[in-house]
Amino acid sequence: MSGLRQVIRSGVRRRRVQTVVIGLVAAAAVTASVLGAGLLVASRAPFDNSFAAQHGAHLTVQLAPDAKPPADVPGVVAASGPYAVLDVPLQGPPLTLVARADPGGDVDRVEVTDGRWATAPNEIVVGDGSFRLPVGEHLTTENGVTLTVVGTARSVSQTATAWVAPSAVESLGTIQGYQMLYRFGAASTAADVEAGRAAVEAALPKGAVTGARSWLDVRQQAVEEAAVFVPFLVAFALLGIVMAVLVVGTVIAGAVAAGTRRIGILKALGCTPAGIVRAFVAQALIPASVGGVAGAVAGNLIALPVLAETEQLYGSSNATIAWWVTLVAAGGVLVVVAATAWAAALRAGRLRTVDAIAVGRAAGPVRGRWAGRWAARLPVSRPVALGLARPFARPVRTTAILLAVATGATAVTFATGLAASLVRIQAAVEQDNADVIVMGMRGDAAGALPAITAQAGTRAAYGMGQAPAIVSGNTDPFSVTTITGDATWDGFEMVSGRWFTATGEAVAGAPFLNATGTRIGDTVQIKIQDQPVRLRIVGEVFETNGGVFTSTSTIPDVPVGEWHIALTDGTDKNAYAQSLTTALAGQNLTAQPNGAEIDPLLAVVQGLTLTLTLLLLAVAALGVLNMLVLDLRDRVHDLGVHKALGMTPRQTIAMVIASVAGLGVLGSLLGVPLGIAMQRLVVPAMAASGGLHLPESLLDVYGPVLLGGLALGGPVIALLGALLPAGWAARTRTAVALRTE
Amino acid sequence: MTDPVIDLRGVTRRYDEGPPALHDVSLTVKPGECVAVLGPSGSGKSTLLNLIAGLDRPDEGTVTVAGTRVDTLGEAASARYRRAHIGLVFQFFNLLDDLTVLDNVLLPAQLAGGSRKAARDHAAGLLSSLGIARHADAYPGRLSGGERQRVAVARALVNRPALLLADEPTGALDTASGEDVRHLLNGLHDSGQTIVLVTHDLRLAEACATRTIGMRDGHAEEER
Repeated sequence: MSGLRQVIRSGVRRRRVQTVVIGLVAAAAVTASVLGAGLLVASRAPFDNSFAAQHGAHLTVQLAPDAKPPADVPGVVAASGPYAVLDVPLQGPPLTLVARADPGGDVDRVEVTDGRWATAPNEIVVGDGSFRLPVGEHLTTENGVTLTVVGTARSVSQTATAWVAPSAVESLGTIQGYQMLYRFGAASTAADVEAGRAAVEAALPKGAVTGARSWLDVRQQAVEEAAVFVPFLVAFALLGIVMAVLVVGTVIAGAVAAGTRRIGILKALGCTPAGIVRAFVAQALIPASVGGVAGAVAGNLIALPVLAETEQLYGSSNATIAWWVTLVAAGGVLVVVAATAWAAALRAGRLRTVDAIAVGRAAGPVRGRWAGRWAARLPVSRPVALGLARPFARPVRTTAILLAVATGATAVTFATGLAASLVRIQAAVEQDNADVIVMGMRGDAAGALPAITAQAGTRAAYGMGQAPAIVSGNTDPFSVTTITGDATWDGFEMVSGRWFTATGEAVAGAPFLNATGTRIGDTVQIKIQDQPVRLRIVGEVFETNGGVFTSTSTIPDVPVGEWHIALTDGTDKNAYAQSLTTALAGQNLTAQPNGAEIDPLLAVVQGLTLTLTLLLLAVAALGVLNMLVLDLRDRVHDLGVHKALGMTPRQTIAMVIASVAGLGVLGSLLGVPLGIAMQRLVVPAMAASGGLHLPESLLDVYGPVLLGGLALGGPVIALLGALLPAGWAARTRTAVALRTE
Repeated sequence: MTDPVIDLRGVTRRYDEGPPALHDVSLTVKPGECVAVLGPSGSGKSTLLNLIAGLDRPDEGTVTVAGTRVDTLGEAASARYRRAHIGLVFQFFNLLDDLTVLDNVLLPAQLAGGSRKAARDHAAGLLSSLGIARHADAYPGRLSGGERQRVAVARALVNRPALLLADEPTGALDTASGEDVRHLLNGLHDSGQTIVLVTHDLRLAEACATRTIGMRDGHAEEER
């Protein structure tokens, strides 16, 4: 046993490059897997997990100001409240505040994500969803009370926009009512929740309940918002894991194959095939374990900021990497390493001893001579010609290098395309390209748009109003958006048909068209505030919320409440907004710069793309490096002959790099189209799984500049992988190389 | 008085902790001389040849070949030095199996740059004069040992070196092929080529060498 241990120890120490490469590849693979698996876990039922963790409210009930909460309600297992509710007018839309002494309790344990809970009358804690304000910021109400933001918090049940201490209620104005939060023994279906609501209402005087919200409605909204993006993040995660497994397998198999002669010698000395398998599996596992630990640490560190942003995306909390994810990722990679090493060593161990010893010593069949003759005629220097012909001499090894480069190029192309599509989808979903937005509860539609258009710096502007509507035979309400002016610049992407141009025409998204069975060219009758309106659908717009868009002239009764403005190049948003607010002073409208916040999804996608792209590049380059090191080791004697005949270090580097340059170009030629094809196949399929049709503009993301950059991917991978071996070849002492057999 | 082609002064080369492979060796070789270096295995013969070829550097002393201080050259400069001044012939030929005979011979000229046509013409002439022109398009694996060594000699001469260094040129050959190579080297010497031979082959030394140097335990002694 001690002899075997010695063999393992010397194998790890002697083949330093191989040991380091295995360690690095394992580290990169574990990092990618931790990141990928972490995202997978985070994207699996994020709302349900957070709801359970926060003891979310199955029913949020609004009580009249004079109502007393019932003491005992059948079916209720936990209750919180009553909490005072206030609508506090700020400069802009009013803010719904809930007064709570602390964030805990039996129901709706609000998670404080930054700062602390409000304890003094002049303190406020804001929700970190749509209403984002940093700690330390001040808010002034219309009646002059200044509140300091002391914390941000997240309620999965969405019970408030912001919270204050009960002591703040007196200074902030009139109590609108009270909030009671309930958890029921059974609340998994709408009927369960409705039964619970009926029980609460029955325990109170008639009219005491002024409103109630089921957790199923909150859940539906959260799931819909996240559902569009979850499949894309899952694809990213799977890409990282698959790449990791592929490259680990290739590197380990290559490393063991390179040790075949050593296996022959060990067998000649009496080592059994089982002992050889154990030795080579251990030789691979030792550096892989070290790399795995490093990769687990790196994966967790890299995942933290990315997952912090996914919390925003999912509207959930606690999206951290579970300990078992790290364990499974690292363990999985080590299992792949062990299995590949076992299979390769078993194969080598079964070779006849005499054949195994002969590997690398006896001159093998010389292949690709035609390529050598062809390359010699090229108008390039002799070292470059020798390098160009080299891949034809070892077709299997060349195929492995080509696979590593092409896989890397495919993955980078796919990841880049996926990210670009997702960013465009996000812009199309939000329909929010405006530089400045004008808002006001009592805006003057007729007067505002001409004033905005007349303002210096305005490139385009439109006004919009929204109203709920229903379609005959459909119980679910949907949103109608009326538009004044040209809105086509604001992120609206047409899937088919055209944008509305005349009164009575409308465009709608797939959810509306699917739910109502409407096709382009059909006319539908909707009802807004019990008034029938006929709309002819002339196009399908990319939309995820079931909205319909038409001209204000079609439904003039819907008031315009928001104006979106695009500015000319070079116009300062803040100065423009200030100036426009002054110009609109008489109309009670406020202009605010838009788009200052970093979109959480964009941050996730950019972080993931960059991380995965770098990991995939590194892993693919390591694959190239590994194969080149094996190749150079095999022909180190030839290298010595070249140098003895006068090949300079620079010429040696040129020869080694030329030996993979062609493969780099070929890898790009194979990998980039394959990556584009994958993006074309996977992105629409993922969108279709969410019931969406993607317009061509969201898929056609590979412009000439991006394609040019991606085409360099293969050569860059090859160059990165070749630099170290080329340097090693250039530095190898001629006399030492000549002595090597 | 003609300057020596090789001028070694007080050269010592040590490897690891043991006794030096070469110890305080001084040696001069004049143009046109053929010097045979004889000695048992491990006596320092190959180390001496490596130092002259610029494949290795001495720990002490100076090595000057064709007016160039070889012991101070870096890797790139020593490669250029070999191209310009040295032709190397190895015991096991060291031909590249994936290149034809002609391409093997051409390689040093191509590494040095210059006119392709001139190099090809010169290589073809060398193959012809060495009697192996018919094998120009063959691969070395198909040739006999003697023929391979002729190719190696042609490759060593393609850049018209001032000095031909041959390390056991008959060591891997059968008797007939060895005789063949002896004639070849003798002819080269007769034509004025300066040659340093490292060999165990006393017949080769007697046939070609104008003088012999004996090596023992890293020390060089003039024998004849």
